[in-house]
Amino acid sequence: MKILVPIKRVPDPELKVKLKDGTIDLAGASWVVNTFDEYAVETALRLRENAATGESLGEVVVVTIGPDDAGQQLRSALAMGADRAIRIDGEDKALDSRVVAAVLAKVVEAEQPDLVVMGKQAVDGDANQVGQMLAGRLGWPQATFAATVELAADKGSITVGREVDAGVEYKTIALPGVVTVDLRVVAPTSVKNNVTPADHSYGTGEGGPRYASLKGIMAAKKKPMDHKAISDYGVDATAATRELSVALPPARAAGQKVADIPTLVAKLVDEAKAL
Amino acid sequence: MGNILAFCEFDGGSLRASALSNLTFARQAAAAHGGQVVALLIGAGAAAAGAAAAAYAPTVVTVEHADLGHYLAETYAPIVARLAGEHGATVVCATATSVGKDLLPRVAALLDAGMASDIARMDAANQFTRPILAGNASATIEVSTPIVVVTVRQSEFPQAEPAGAAGTVTAAEAGAIDAKGARIDRIESQQSDRPELTSAKVVVAGGRGMGNGDNFKVLEELADLLGAAMGASRAATDAGMVPADWQVGQTGKIVAPDLYFAVAISGAIQHLAGMKGSKTIVAINKDPEAPIFQVADYGVVTTWEKAMPELIEEIKKVKASR
Repeated sequence: MKILVPIKRVPDPELKVKLKDGTIDLAGASWVVNTFDEYAVETALRLRENAATGESLGEVVVVTIGPDDAGQQLRSALAMGADRAIRIDGEDKALDSRVVAAVLAKVVEAEQPDLVVMGKQAVDGDANQVGQMLAGRLGWPQATFAATVELAADKGSITVGREVDAGVEYKTIALPGVVTVDLRVVAPTSVKNNVTPADHSYGTGEGGPRYASLKGIMAAKKKPMDHKAISDYGVDATAATRELSVALPPARAAGQKVADIPTLVAKLVDEAKAL
Repeated sequence: MGNILAFCEFDGGSLRASALSNLTFARQAAAAHGGQVVALLIGAGAAAAGAAAAAYAPTVVTVEHADLGHYLAETYAPIVARLAGEHGATVVCATATSVGKDLLPRVAALLDAGMASDIARMDAANQFTRPILAGNASATIEVSTPIVVVTVRQSEFPQAEPAGAAGTVTAAEAGAIDAKGARIDRIESQQSDRPELTSAKVVVAGGRGMGNGDNFKVLEELADLLGAAMGASRAATDAGMVPADWQVGQTGKIVAPDLYFAVAISGAIQHLAGMKGSKTIVAINKDPEAPIFQVADYGVVTTWEKAMPELIEEIKKVKASR
């Protein structure tokens, strides 16, 4: 089975947001793989391996649209265990979800994967669009916001536990299809492929994506990384969405600590008029 | 000149509260685009709920079919895209619920439209302001495709009031339905008599510090006393203490109630992103350094074990005195 994982690099979400000239100041930013995309890589690796024997059952291809530096994030995914990478030249400012989905649709046509797994959103733009747009362009089924994923034994379909407003919805889609993942997908037993023993646990507690081993990091340097241009895919790269300005939200006025519960309730009644 | 196609979710014979927020945006967009609001209801019971929707929009379109019983992006998106064309829509909008977030980008792809997600404000016909970076900044963007697809953040748009005159309701054909090999196997949901988390006036939320699910009962007692919805931090839902659909935060639900109680919640950035729009925030935490105190209007440094029974007693006293 072949799985395509589109990834995006984002400024480290742990660092404080700074503005310069009405936009996010990215000079000297530290770039990381978008959290949800890193979890998508982990999901894809779990789907294509027998965790008990270490045997690979297929190929995981990672792709990004970004500048030369974005190759580092592809190498991170290769070090985790992905097999091959494609970097398509592009600058964030010149892209939007519509263009990215159009390019990815062409990558899918060229690569013919059985499954696309990607993060549900990028933690910089928080748009939550590309996976659904890609599925729509391809005419493929989609299963978004996956907390659990189970690949059928015949690899013809995948069943996804989706976190929706009403609870958890279990949706089965025929493959090929698009799955976008939520945070809980990296819990120890969230991903099943009917090859890895059903009682296998990936770590403990909240689980998480695997770390790259030293061996993995060394191996990643030798793995193939293709370099493409958006024009190679015959896509019009004109973004229809343009950022006009960015502002920081007003800080909440500093609150007060109160001594005890009766004082709290009195203030909620008299001052905040909230009760 | 263009109309606004507003995809509206409903429950039984009436529109969901989330749909009323979408209609508020749709009216703003209609004014800016010089068109009219067309409310679209798809699925089992659409015709019945359509009558209720007519109080809010001049035109209501309903689509019912045996194969549209449960929402699927694969079957709903082509219908929305087709009706956008038939009704001359320049804006297609929905609330950013789990359905709206799943559906509208697929609709955008079918229309080759640009999209603005989870907007907090409309600035001009095709200009919108939306939170980015987990709510740590907000971006104003312009979308330049002939049709613009928008999802709106429920907590930023008040619920629409009924319009003066009732609109017309028409049933539209479903057309060819193709689920593309997708199906819903089952839904696991928690039945509750409490208000919906995203539209509740008061929310009582607990965090990892509650220790286990049983301990949440004291929070539920407070919630029921105040007619509040229950919420939780990701740490608490991930630990399996409470259902996942209670999660408030960047990856859970975004809430902005009048009053938010954060009990034994430290205040991770991703939780704050989901609740810092609340009007009044109360934090109860035994750690005086917890980040939650930086956004709380009122904080009490104490344990939940000590605070909760006292809080419930004091609020009962206030209620009794009225």
